[in-house]
Amino acid sequence: MNDDQAPVLVCKDLCISYYTRAGEIPAVVDFSLTVKPGETIGIVGESGCGKSTVAMAIMQHMGANGGIKSGSITFKGRDLTQLSEQELRHIRGSEIAMIYQEPFASLNPSLKISTQLIEVPLAHEDISKEEARQRAVQMLGNVKLPDPERLMDSYPHQLSGGQQQRVVIAMGLLSNPSLLLLDEPTTALDVTVEAGIVKLVADISKKYGTSQIYISHNLGLILETCDRVFVMYSGEVVEEGTIDSLFTWPKHPYTHGLFACIPLPTADKNAAPLKPIRGQLPLPFERPQGCYYHPRCDHFKPGLCDVDHFKMEHVEDSAPDHRVRCLRYKEIDHSKKASDDEVKEVLELGKRVLNVDGMKKYYEVRDSSLKALISGKRVRYVKANEELNFTAREGETVAIVGESGCGKSTFAKVLMGLEKGTEGEVRHKGKDISDIAVRDRSAKQISSLQMVFQNPFDTLNPSHSIGGQISRVIRKFGVETDKKKVFNRVMKLLDTVKLPRDFYFRKPRQLSGGQKQRVGIARAFAGNPSMVIADEPVSALDVSVAAAVTELLMDIQRKHRTTLLFISHDLSVVRYLSDRIVVMYLGHILERGTTEQIFAPPYHPYTEALLSAVPIADPEVTKREIVLEGNLPSAMNPPKGCPFCTRCHRRIGEICDNELPPEQAVADRHIIKCHIPLETLKKVAPVIHVPDEAERLHARQSQ
Amino acid sequence: MTTTITEMPTAGYGAALWRGLKSFALLRESWVGMLGAFLVVFWVLVAILAPLLAPFDPNSSIQPFAKPGMEAIKGGGTFWLGTDHIGRDILSRIIWGSRTVLIYAPLATISAYTLGILMGLAAGYRGGWVDDVLSRIADIILSFPVLVLYIIIIATIGASGFNIIIAITFASSPGIMRIVRGLVLDLRNRDYVAAAQTRGESDWRVMLVEILPNARGPLIVDACLRLGYVIITIGVLGFLGLGLPPPDPDWGGMVNETRQMAMAFPHMTLFPCIAISSLILGFNLLADGLREISLRD
Repeated sequence: MNDDQAPVLVCKDLCISYYTRAGEIPAVVDFSLTVKPGETIGIVGESGCGKSTVAMAIMQHMGANGGIKSGSITFKGRDLTQLSEQELRHIRGSEIAMIYQEPFASLNPSLKISTQLIEVPLAHEDISKEEARQRAVQMLGNVKLPDPERLMDSYPHQLSGGQQQRVVIAMGLLSNPSLLLLDEPTTALDVTVEAGIVKLVADISKKYGTSQIYISHNLGLILETCDRVFVMYSGEVVEEGTIDSLFTWPKHPYTHGLFACIPLPTADKNAAPLKPIRGQLPLPFERPQGCYYHPRCDHFKPGLCDVDHFKMEHVEDSAPDHRVRCLRYKEIDHSKKASDDEVKEVLELGKRVLNVDGMKKYYEVRDSSLKALISGKRVRYVKANEELNFTAREGETVAIVGESGCGKSTFAKVLMGLEKGTEGEVRHKGKDISDIAVRDRSAKQISSLQMVFQNPFDTLNPSHSIGGQISRVIRKFGVETDKKKVFNRVMKLLDTVKLPRDFYFRKPRQLSGGQKQRVGIARAFAGNPSMVIADEPVSALDVSVAAAVTELLMDIQRKHRTTLLFISHDLSVVRYLSDRIVVMYLGHILERGTTEQIFAPPYHPYTEALLSAVPIADPEVTKREIVLEGNLPSAMNPPKGCPFCTRCHRRIGEICDNELPPEQAVADRHIIKCHIPLETLKKVAPVIHVPDEAERLHARQSQ
Repeated sequence: MTTTITEMPTAGYGAALWRGLKSFALLRESWVGMLGAFLVVFWVLVAILAPLLAPFDPNSSIQPFAKPGMEAIKGGGTFWLGTDHIGRDILSRIIWGSRTVLIYAPLATISAYTLGILMGLAAGYRGGWVDDVLSRIADIILSFPVLVLYIIIIATIGASGFNIIIAITFASSPGIMRIVRGLVLDLRNRDYVAAAQTRGESDWRVMLVEILPNARGPLIVDACLRLGYVIITIGVLGFLGLGLPPPDPDWGGMVNETRQMAMAFPHMTLFPCIAISSLILGFNLLADGLREISLRD
């Protein structure tokens, strides 16, 4: 970075509005931003805060109903708002490139990768086809894609999600743009794949000197990729600064609130629970007077915060570009609050309620092709679950962790009775339920096992009212039969999940994502279950909402002594809330043990990689970098030996490829499935280093 | 939002009806839909008020070959749309004929939908051999030219109102089944369906309560369009002499009976044709309007 160089992009006092039938909606107000050459700027905020609108405005691609009301966007000395469509077309794709969230939607499925890549330089530069092709091949190599020549001749569907996103990034870089906009480029990808992309993004600016604007809702990712951060709330920037100053000394109460919502390694579900931000993001046309954040702020002072709208202010005693939009930031002492934190009681574990013993689930795939008929291999098996063994106690939270396709959802289906297990036993309260379909289970068995689903937009039936859907569960399980008592119980459940009682009459479309997920939880707990399976219940929600839903789930669990099976891919959430963790990969359990055991050596090499992949939004936490190569193998055709051998960074040789690794017991109920001797694994250094208080103090003083 | 509800509300069918009317009021925002609704409501009112509106008895011969607007010789009154070749007042026959169409077309559509939805739900939700069998049956029926199918059925079981319903049900339910099956294939993978399954709901409850209501949008639009087709079908059957037995007024039959005189007396065929077209147009525009609204929401 060079401070003397002219900035690549300057946005000045930008106001962007959308014009709808309901009137003008101010999406972004008073937005100023300067991007220097080679700099990576992060924009964080929850959904609906206007971060994508900013990106679209820079691309001058606002759609028919959007418009820039005031302010300017200057790109290399030219005001983008004044350019003609012709000139803009020349800039887009060649000087400013954009990368979107979903790679499979950014690539044309009916064109070869080569065609789509060559198009970029051909459209913007006067070069031959051959030269363009060579450049494309080289660029594919630069984004670390193996075998670029072969990739050039493939179609998008033949690549994995991670590979597709690398192709999209290559496409963006092909014409050597000065500015790259990345709008949540890794949100749709698995953690280990995400880690690879993040590393690539971080390398790009070093290698090509490209300036980047990285939009994300994940503070941890921003920390790993960016130089400066902008925190947005309800259409405006509330705080900006360098990574160091903003992550170490956040000043705005909203920034603080965001950090308190993230399960950092220092958070603990009993001693230091998450503190969700109360209330909801105001709609653009319902923004309050004065500071937009004041209705949700703990430091709100009437007569000061709710009077006038005010400008960003430079933070005293901090870096020169650390600015904040808060009148009281000097008075607020964030360190003091730690003392009056509530401490939640630790739940005593009861007897074993779930016993999974050698459970296998194979799906049959019938191949009716002529080739299969001749070779006689007509039936093949997808081995979704292989020999699962683990237990859960009453009141315990057991997390099942793994990337998509590892078989965690299949296990949930067998447990719920939607699929039958192929072999082995799943004993719930002593009874084997693995081969009893849900319709053959007794009402008691069904009601004691309930589920919270992943997608908040899918979990409730849009045709029925909230009250109707909850009371159906109560009546179905015979908890209450009298109409009035059923109604009263629904009211109580709505109170429990902290929703207003008049939601009884609402339809799901009138609810936000977080509210729907609360109703989903209320529905799961309506039949007094002894065990609840939560399948990624918060992964689709914003951080502040996710924190609230997570806390709610655990409060109810404490009250009812429910066993919680928490299925997730996010290790930071899992570390925060679970007592025991099961790490799955390609249908196998590679490691299981208590949370402390999983997060400290000895690790299974896959656990090690997963831990390293999780972004942590704390600049003082240091991680060892392990980036996995390659893709998840297909479950139709898994490796013969250890399932992880194709991507393992600690592969020891032939034995990994050919033999299934043994289960090595480290301690009671802590199992690692690996060929590497335990002695060697124990010597591995911890992946995540969390400094204690003394170290933190020391680090800050030396700054 | 702070209201605390402690009492069980007594929300009855009145509230449900009111909600239905309110969603219908959304139609106001689409002028195409409003025009369609106007045409349909017009003909429904005509059918209901037929005894009051019709100036003459539709089946009695009064004065053959009267031109539109001619005064009747005996008894007085005006033949606003003229009379047909055996002296029946065309206006009265069109007014009474609207009853035939507006009774049998909706009945046939409802019946076709009931069968089509049940088959589509079973095929889409159950899959496997149920799907194979039902889909193949549908393929076979759909491979016949529709007209041939009608002629065969009506010729075998005879021409009557009830048999028209049977013939239309038989010929159009496979098409409906395919639409429903496609919708169900998508909807059955939703989490709320899984939620219903995990609480042990019966298959029929899942299909009818959890899945079907969410498929209603496209189905309502299709039902409106299909009602138009059924009206055409009834007209065609009447034209082919396979409709209601004479002398009951039937728009298709009216065209058929007078088509040989169409050159000399165009009004005899023209007015029934306009009646058929306007009603079909009404249903099609209504379907367009409904689709527009459903896309907006």
